[in-house]
Amino acid sequence: MSGPSSGCGFLMSVVVHGDLALNEQEKELNQRLKRLYPAVNEQETPLPRSWSPKDKFSYIGLSQNNLRVHYKGHGKTPKDAASVRATHPIPAACGVYYFEVKIISKGRDGYMGIGLSAQGVNMNRLPGWDKHSYGYHGDDGHSFCSSGTGQPYGPTFTTGDVIGCCVNLINNTCFYTKNGHSLGIAFTDLPPNLYPTVGLQTPGEVVDANFGQHPFVFDIEDYMREWRTKIQAQIDRFPIGEREGEWQAMIQKMVASYLVHHSYCATAEAFAKSTDQAVHEELASIKNRQKIQKLVLSGRMGEAIETTQQLYPSLLERNQDLLFMLKVRQFIEMVNGTDSEVRCLGGRSPKSQDCYPGSPRLFNSPVHKASSSQTYQTGTAEVEMELDHFSNGVSESSSNGFLNGSSTHGIDLEECDGDMGEIIIWRQLCGGSQAAIERMIQFGRELQSMSEHLRRERGKNSANKKMLKDAFSLLAYSDPWSSPVGYQLDSIQREPVCSTLNSAILETHNLPKQPPLALSVGQAAQCLSLMARTGSGSCAFASVDDYLH
Amino acid sequence: MCVCNVLKHEVTFIAVPNDCIDALVCLGWKSFPLFPGLKLPSLPGQVDELQCLRRWEAGLCSPSRDFHRQLATVREVTATSRHYVDRLFDPDPQNVLQGVIDMKNAVIGNNKQKANLIVLGAVPRLLYLLQQSSSSLELRTECAVVLGSLAMGTENNIKSLVDCHIIPALLQGLLCSDLIFIEACLRCLRTIFISPVTPVQLLYTDPTVIPHIMSLLSRSQHTQEYITQIFAHCCKTPEHQMVLFNHGAIQNIAPLLISPSYKVRMQALKCFSVLAYENAQVSMTLVNVLVDGEQLSQVFARMMQRDKPIEMQLTAAKCLTYMCRAGAIRTDDNCIILKTLPCLVRMCSKERLLEERVEGAETLAFLMEPDIELQRIASVTDHLVSMLADYFKYPSSVSAITDIKRLDHDLKHAHELRQAAFKLYASLGSNDEDIRKKITETENMMDRIVSGLSESSIKVRLAAVRCLHSLSRSVQQLRTSFHDHAVWKPLMKLLQNAPDEVLVMASSTLCNLLLEFSPSKEPILESGVIELLCSLTQSDSPALRVNGIWALMNMAFQADQKVKVEIVRALGTEQLFRLLSDPDTNVLMKTLGLLRNLLSTRPHIDQIMSSHGKQIMQAVTLILEGEHSIEVKEQTLCILANIADGNTAKELIMTNDDMPQKIKYYMGHSNVKLQLAATFCISNLIWNEEDGSQERQDKLREMGFVDILHKLTQASDPSLCDRAKTAMQQYLA
Repeated sequence: MSGPSSGCGFLMSVVVHGDLALNEQEKELNQRLKRLYPAVNEQETPLPRSWSPKDKFSYIGLSQNNLRVHYKGHGKTPKDAASVRATHPIPAACGVYYFEVKIISKGRDGYMGIGLSAQGVNMNRLPGWDKHSYGYHGDDGHSFCSSGTGQPYGPTFTTGDVIGCCVNLINNTCFYTKNGHSLGIAFTDLPPNLYPTVGLQTPGEVVDANFGQHPFVFDIEDYMREWRTKIQAQIDRFPIGEREGEWQAMIQKMVASYLVHHSYCATAEAFAKSTDQAVHEELASIKNRQKIQKLVLSGRMGEAIETTQQLYPSLLERNQDLLFMLKVRQFIEMVNGTDSEVRCLGGRSPKSQDCYPGSPRLFNSPVHKASSSQTYQTGTAEVEMELDHFSNGVSESSSNGFLNGSSTHGIDLEECDGDMGEIIIWRQLCGGSQAAIERMIQFGRELQSMSEHLRRERGKNSANKKMLKDAFSLLAYSDPWSSPVGYQLDSIQREPVCSTLNSAILETHNLPKQPPLALSVGQAAQCLSLMARTGSGSCAFASVDDYLH
Repeated sequence: MCVCNVLKHEVTFIAVPNDCIDALVCLGWKSFPLFPGLKLPSLPGQVDELQCLRRWEAGLCSPSRDFHRQLATVREVTATSRHYVDRLFDPDPQNVLQGVIDMKNAVIGNNKQKANLIVLGAVPRLLYLLQQSSSSLELRTECAVVLGSLAMGTENNIKSLVDCHIIPALLQGLLCSDLIFIEACLRCLRTIFISPVTPVQLLYTDPTVIPHIMSLLSRSQHTQEYITQIFAHCCKTPEHQMVLFNHGAIQNIAPLLISPSYKVRMQALKCFSVLAYENAQVSMTLVNVLVDGEQLSQVFARMMQRDKPIEMQLTAAKCLTYMCRAGAIRTDDNCIILKTLPCLVRMCSKERLLEERVEGAETLAFLMEPDIELQRIASVTDHLVSMLADYFKYPSSVSAITDIKRLDHDLKHAHELRQAAFKLYASLGSNDEDIRKKITETENMMDRIVSGLSESSIKVRLAAVRCLHSLSRSVQQLRTSFHDHAVWKPLMKLLQNAPDEVLVMASSTLCNLLLEFSPSKEPILESGVIELLCSLTQSDSPALRVNGIWALMNMAFQADQKVKVEIVRALGTEQLFRLLSDPDTNVLMKTLGLLRNLLSTRPHIDQIMSSHGKQIMQAVTLILEGEHSIEVKEQTLCILANIADGNTAKELIMTNDDMPQKIKYYMGHSNVKLQLAATFCISNLIWNEEDGSQERQDKLREMGFVDILHKLTQASDPSLCDRAKTAMQQYLA
């Protein structure tokens, strides 16, 4: 029943000679592996994709992209047994791992073993005979768990059968399948880092592996669904017992501190009031930070620096590297045409200067209210929240603003937003104003001398050097926006600058520079990758992102 | 009116244990009936009063203070309850409405209060208000809600409600146009109909009800949930299936399988499982139904995905199983082999609840019963055979010690688990010898069957004997494990006074145990089984008659003279001949088989023919002349051939005027089998080395047999040709 379908699948691998077909197969493999094992970081732990030509006994021959295994020894005694391991061990982050082997020919006696073994296990043996080696043998249907004597396990298998091997890295068990039917648990308490392994012992034996190159006969995705549900239920039902109250208070604190950190002051105030907590920062202070952040995020760096210096006089003086970073950003914004200094030179109307969504004036404009990605509720109370969303709207709106300012003044904002996807925006250095360009050049020189000054005072700083070099490189291209360094002009690059400045301000107030909420999200993600490294398979089914929405 | 109601309800409701009444009566408690609360010992919360009575009766406490205090509380509760009922009779409709609402709040979650209100006669009044067209819609709805709440209590509550004819009243209510009211009625009907004490027939008494309910399916998600739940519980017979089917149940319910509400999806699925069960028409219709462009079998297959709730997986698997057994889906369809079967095997695993394991095993047994391929796959899937062995370990020794609640739960399910396992083993082993071997080699399997045969639960006994029967089809098992465990002993015991279902299985198993190579044959014979088998042949059930005569036939095969004589004696020729005219061909065939086995080896033939020759010859004549199948006639001719092999018995044929002519006729028959059997007969008659062979040869030659034999030597069938040649040689020698 399943034979023919899988037969077709394997036939394809025979036809694979041309590069085209090979690429197709490669693509299919990549897609399937990505879908099955999304939590695996292949940079760190590559998945097995074929048998290893280096990690095999000499009686084993490989062909067909190292997927087909045949026996080429004498096959007289068990001493002639030979095995081959896959190129890589099974990563724990798979959660559940599966591969299939099709018996192309049972050869003389069909002494074939399919299973798992650790690195370094003798290859002159069938899988299952030695320590850290596990196998299911075709001639008697027995399972071999690190022992020369097998246990009755399943049916025998022979030519035409498809045998699957599934490793559950959550409970460290293994079961096999035959022609798509699960045969039940074969091994428990498996060690980590096992390699898919096959062993053959008599002439004529040939088997093909499927590490995901073709659809599997057994419905492994259904099995994975079950485990994903189990793990998620475990997380959902994690017992907190009598500490429920504590938990709630802690979560409320985290939310409140997050709101304060990002200076959503009205929301923070309302939240603190309804959950009955104290806010650890003066409201005025939050508002100040909010103001500065808005300036940074709308690209008005000059004003941002100025405001910072006014409100926190000693901050930038003491922190020259931060000032340098802000100034480099200011330079970039000048190139972009968004910085206030060049904007006034460009002769824009004050109205069009403010098209960054962070700007309060726009929120009261009914026109903007109706537009799409950057629209937020009107009214000052809500203004704070929209900062949460700036990553989406920023790039469009800043370019918009630019377009607005340089060409037509009276253009309806909504129209611009709507057209964003289609029209190619005509961009000009520093907003196209000669005066502005000159100011930019001059500012660049000042920056250069500041850099030299810093180097003399505090020694070399490669980060600063690179920052400056990248920023100046913008001038080397006729169209900086589409140049290799053009990414700097993207408004999303304002975010790290903004949060660094915000953190620095908070630090001066003895407040944490990172909100506990972000910290715990980061910690959870880190924890999962640590689990993957230490062999806890359940990390496969507990992505942090799943819980952030 | 109020008082009258109370009295009426005391009569219908109260179930007081006799010992309690006796105690009260003999103590002179004439006023006892006035305290209805006292008489509800089966209700939670009132057990105390009963215990008090019992202790008192047993002389463990004095009748004084304790008891009086209890009585006082009862009076108090009754008084407040009575207040609620009294308010239902208030002349001001507004007060009545408020009274019903207060009552609703008072009964929620309070079984004691519910029972009190029922006893005090609230139900007829509520029903009256609900049906009265002068009542406001709000009042009618609240009445339905309160009634629904009362129905949520104990089974006794349901009984009282049904006795008050609540069902027709609520069904009538469904004709109203107001959705909220309809939903309240349906909710109450749902609660009543899903109770095991409600006769489901009440849904079908009025033929206009089902079409109307069907039309309410489109009204809201709630009507959908309640209606499908009612249908799922009230479809118990093929007639019910057809009523629902004919009123468009399939078209109306199919779209609900993709409802946004899980409850609706689940109840719709349950409807399909009860509709499709052993119903080919429904099943055939189901395979062609499309839901949102998708085939129903695909929808069911999706519901079996392993991340779906177990209840849903199991019910979807049941639907597909029933459709498959009804012939609507092939057994080699991927959705059966790769989805349904593995899903049901998973339901048998230790991780599942006991109820799920029972249902899973029973459904799986049903699915693969007729199909050897499914049996083979299941036998290697997830260690099913050894997984089932776990079904016999309840209550486990651990549960007995650690947890009384669990022990109770285990005990309750132990029988069900065992019978389900036996059923599944029976189904697994019904065809494949290797699987049977695997089953008998499972830990203590034969012992478990043996003890299952004598369990008190009839369901377990029946399942155990089914399992034994399935395994008894194996020659190897008959020779080994069956004998080692002396399974014939409990089997024989089971045959005494068992119900027919069990008897059929047990006697069928016995047939196999009586096969000549079975080592159990001897001890069974010695246990005096013959009388028992003979009595089975007189049963009204054809299956039992067949098994009885079949067993006798097997017993007579190559048996001692003594056994044969005993069979003939015990059966009696009269019964033997009655069986030869049995309307069931199977019975006739086995009776002929018995005769043939009795009439084998020369001395036996002669002896039996000397005592019963006349009747046997008569019976043979009768069958050969009658309208019978080829097989029957062939068997009869074989008997005749056996008779012809006897020394003295031969003469019975030779001296019969008709018989040679009949043989002649069959030698010229168009059917080779009959020709062959008839030729055998002649061949035996003319065999050379026996006394009087010359005379017989001459006589038969005169009758023209040589010519016929000569012709048959030219026959195209090689065995007939050989047989004729051998016969001709007798003349030539």
